[in-house]
Amino acid sequence: MMKKSILLVMISVLPLAQAASGNPAVDTLLDQYRAAGAASFTAEAGQHLWNKKHQHTVAPLERSCNLCHTSNLTHNGQHVKTQKRIKPMAPGINTKRLTDTRKIEKWFMRNCKWTLGRECSPQEKGDFLLYILQ
Amino acid sequence: MKIYQKLLALAVITATSSLLFSAIVYGDDDEDQWKFRWLEQSKLDVAPVNSPLYRQECGSCHFAYQPGLLPNNSWQTIMAGLEDHFGDNAEFDAETQKIVLDYLLLNSADKSNYKRSKRIVGSLKEGKIPLSISDTLYFKHKHDEIPARYVTGNKEVGSYSRCAACHRRAESGSYNEDEVNIPGVGRWDD
Repeated sequence: MMKKSILLVMISVLPLAQAASGNPAVDTLLDQYRAAGAASFTAEAGQHLWNKKHQHTVAPLERSCNLCHTSNLTHNGQHVKTQKRIKPMAPGINTKRLTDTRKIEKWFMRNCKWTLGRECSPQEKGDFLLYILQ
Repeated sequence: MKIYQKLLALAVITATSSLLFSAIVYGDDDEDQWKFRWLEQSKLDVAPVNSPLYRQECGSCHFAYQPGLLPNNSWQTIMAGLEDHFGDNAEFDAETQKIVLDYLLLNSADKSNYKRSKRIVGSLKEGKIPLSISDTLYFKHKHDEIPARYVTGNKEVGSYSRCAACHRRAESGSYNEDEVNIPGVGRWDD
């Protein structure tokens, strides 16, 4: 009986422990995405999405996040059209990253529409955040 | 000796009268600002960008073009179509868009006293709205002698839209020909 209740407490606490990413902006957004119906997020799924290619009818015909940001989050990227340098995405290198929820959502809106051809789902956005955060 | 003194006197009179003239021209502005503006406008081609918000919203993907490089109706058209912004998505929230548009309109080429802004406006065709700076006749005229291989065919430049690739002081609003340095080519002298 005693063991069972401890187990129950542990199970109920588990999602809470998972929720805390240590980054306030990311935590706020992950909570919103969960409230919008997303399940648990993983960095692996985020990485897969990051490198996934999407076909388009106007150039560049094949688009992906890594086209501009590269596949290494600690590296500088480059805007595919304007050639403007994009600072690294990794918060460990670029401390300004993932600090402002409005900025994060703004770039999700712009870049998901351009790259995927649609807005990203809450599930996809959460996965992206965990991938960028690690 | 006397002729030099006369010339000097003439120079002093000319300088003083032009200062006075500009004081009259800018007399409507804040008293403490006209001197600064006169000095600034006599040196530069277009007014430099002075909005950190504009620089952040527009300058994170491309060169932050000075508002004085295009007229009112161009900025209005561009800002109304950010979902397809030269093939890219450049949407942002309506509230911020309004602030950025207000900044662009307040400082557009129509409203500017800077040399190149005036010339851009002077080159506009009746009823035509240029959708990019390189669409204006003034721009085309200024760049017509440059071989395509130096710009569109040059990997380090790629497009006329990348002002600062060759105009090394473009960021400060200066497009002087003496400051042009084409990557892989060098100085441009026509």
